Amino acid sequence: MNTLWTVTAVLLGVASLLGTARLLMGPSILDRALSVDVLLASALTGLGAYAAFNRDPTILPTLLVLSLLGFVGSISISKFVARRPEEHLRPEETVHPATTEQGESRE
Amino acid sequence: MSELFVSVLDWIAILCILAGAMLSFVAAVGLIRFPDLLSRMHTAAKPQVLGMLLVLLGIGLRIMPVEETGVFDFGTLILVGLFQVITVPVAGHIAARVGYRTGRIRHDLVVTDELEDRLDARRQAERTRQNGGSAP
Repeated sequence: MNTLWTVTAVLLGVASLLGTARLLMGPSILDRALSVDVLLASALTGLGAYAAFNRDPTILPTLLVLSLLGFVGSISISKFVARRPEEHLRPEETVHPATTEQGESRE
Repeated sequence: MSELFVSVLDWIAILCILAGAMLSFVAAVGLIRFPDLLSRMHTAAKPQVLGMLLVLLGIGLRIMPVEETGVFDFGTLILVGLFQVITVPVAGHIAARVGYRTGRIRHDLVVTDELEDRLDARRQAERTRQNGGSAP
């Protein structure tokens, strides 16, 4: 059983490393926000695994805080990007004029 | 509770948590390997919903044998699961929408694009209205 706990920890560690790599590479700000979400999911899983391993329910409220924090963070980044569409685009990103023409209009 | 029962619960719990960690790993690999924002979002949502629910189930099964009162902890677990299930689709929807609107979607990878058609139709209608309805 100890082996399985170790495997869990290693998987989460590698997942965090790969997520950090995408956080550093990510072409657009939305990719970075997405990789932060995945990192947060890894952190939630890790904290959960810690709680389960020690049979320790005291850190469960932390899971609640982290899950709500991830939601608020991802929404606010999206809204921040939506308000200023062009400024965060780098030259190598493809812009399709058909979709940017109307900006953030309602559909 | 008997030793055997606790042991069985422990095994189920560790398998659930292992599955959650594997989903997290798969999401990270998809984040690296997949070509554009929408397909990355597709894998990134797996550990956030299914993986999280599996991990919460594992925690519950691990804590249940040593729990006396049982009210607060399971309430927290259910709340975390509920919030994840409610908020992750909303956040994903908004992120995808903003990505589409600001032109960060690779249109050559999109098989069916119904929003594009509707936007075209609307643009056509607005152009017609601006020209006083005379031009086609």
